[in-house]
Amino acid sequence: MERIPILKMGDFLLVTIQVDMHDRLAMTLQDDLTERISRTGAHGVLIDISSLEIVDSFIGRMLANIAGMARVLDAATVVVGMQPAVAITLVELGLELPGVRTALDVDKGMRVLRHALGRPTPQEADAGAEG
Amino acid sequence: MPALKDEMLPIRADSDIVLVRQAARSWSIDAGFSLVEQTKMVTAASELARNTLVYGGGGTVRLEALEENGRRGLRLTFEDRGPGIPDLELALRDGFSTGTGLGLGLSGSRRLVNEFSIESQRGEGTRVVIARWR
Amino acid sequence: MEGTKIPEVIERHQTALLDDWMKQQLAASTLRSDLLPSAELREQSREFLELLRQASRQAGSTDVAAPAWQPLRDMLTRVSRSRGEQGFSPSETATFVFSFKQPLFSRLAEAYGGDAKGLAWDTWLATAILDQLGLFTTEVHQKAREAVIMRQQQEMLELSTPVVKVWDGVLALPLIGTLDSARTQVVMESLLQRIVETGAEVAIIDITGVATVDTLVAQHLIKTITAARLMGADCIVSGIRPQIAATIVHLGVDLTGVVTKASLADALTHALQRVGVSVNGRPARA
Ligand SMILES: Nc1ncnc2c1ncn2[C@@H]1O[C@H](COP(=O)(O)OP(=O)(O)O)[C@@H](O)[C@H]1O
Ligand SMILES: [Mg+2]
Repeated sequence: MERIPILKMGDFLLVTIQVDMHDRLAMTLQDDLTERISRTGAHGVLIDISSLEIVDSFIGRMLANIAGMARVLDAATVVVGMQPAVAITLVELGLELPGVRTALDVDKGMRVLRHALGRPTPQEADAGAEG
Repeated sequence: MPALKDEMLPIRADSDIVLVRQAARSWSIDAGFSLVEQTKMVTAASELARNTLVYGGGGTVRLEALEENGRRGLRLTFEDRGPGIPDLELALRDGFSTGTGLGLGLSGSRRLVNEFSIESQRGEGTRVVIARWR
Repeated sequence: MEGTKIPEVIERHQTALLDDWMKQQLAASTLRSDLLPSAELREQSREFLELLRQASRQAGSTDVAAPAWQPLRDMLTRVSRSRGEQGFSPSETATFVFSFKQPLFSRLAEAYGGDAKGLAWDTWLATAILDQLGLFTTEVHQKAREAVIMRQQQEMLELSTPVVKVWDGVLALPLIGTLDSARTQVVMESLLQRIVETGAEVAIIDITGVATVDTLVAQHLIKTITAARLMGADCIVSGIRPQIAATIVHLGVDLTGVVTKASLADALTHALQRVGVSVNGRPARA
């Protein structure tokens, strides 16, 4: 069966959604991710949606569900790279994803995750070591 | 006003919703819509196609390229022969869902388009018509 | 259309009519062979004639807005749009239609022989139809031009939107003048676009120079701030003057969750802290 790959980077999981997902594929991703978080003990989940041309209420709900379930499993979630047209449309649709952290790109998303987990970024750690 | 071009697509499976999104995208581009306009139309199409499948038990969408007084537009008509909607006003309320959805499909897609109309007969089916203009 | 010989005359003499009409168009001083090759002109003329034949056979009246005339109107829409792009003037395009009068009238005269009343009636009908169709091409021409002008205005509006990068990671949008709903929308879309292009995590929307806001504008503002948050950027609104604050409250617009600052300077301090620049000393406050 078709699946969206989930990459492991340290104790973060990274998902890059590049296809126009049909609903079942989105549900599978949601299940796969929760299963991986609990199996690996990951503390952060990064979902890159920069290639997505739309987010409707179904995908929006999937993102909110992932963030909610991850939280229960003690992991922080950040959604990165939402395109302006997608964001404008989502707001008009009536979805503001209140419980979901966001960032402009994967790098910034990593920083948001580290921050959320109370860990210094590499630069901050370096600066600390020098001073 | 007759359409310049029209096409009918079936909505019978998950994968058909993807095809409806793709068709709505390419017809929106042909109508000269800006990226934001395209995105709004495709998102509305996705919501309504899913309703047709999930609540209507499957059906069809008809795409029509429009032109009026030199303005271009796109009309989508979703039709099913499902159970119908007993209370339209309630169904159009933000957050109302009889399923597991967020209840934003109907109310939200109404905000994404310029024209929105819905007809439903209990036991006979539902028809939703939306249109956007350049 | 009752008692007319127009469809029948076109049908019987279709080829001859096309030849006559072509001869006339090619000889006319208004011919633009520089813009349109004669083969293409012949094809357009042939199609016009064929659609006119069909429409005049089906139509119940000379009202060319009726559905029976749709195919012909569509064809003329295409022709005048492409001619507009090719550089024809509106009257040159209309002449294409008007120039068919003469060949048609000659054939009608032939068909009616001595029946002056019949001929007068049909000449009147043909004139009514061709005049409307000619005017129609002018309208399409004009609409196409209006669309171009509107697009240019839109582009100007975007250019005139002063989204400035004040620091690495910080954008500022000083809004000035009257904010109507259309301008706000354009401005806001370009702000979001600039956020993506520059990777700025903070955007300051300064409305010190804005006289009033209405509900729609305030809502656009809030929607933009929400959209920016979905993308991963924060907005700060600065320079909300007392009257505008009153309006916002009065309109019942919900600003909860929106960071507001009294002045652009305050907003900047906040923004720089947010992106991790240490600020030595706060800007002086009056
Ligand atoms: N085509 C349809 N046939 C029958 N009922 C429908 C149809 N479309 C929508 N509905 C009803 O309207 C409600 C609201 O739809 P919508 O706003 O799309 O929210 P959601 O899909 O999240 O439930 C649905 O829960 C359903 O009860
Ligand atoms: Mg729905």
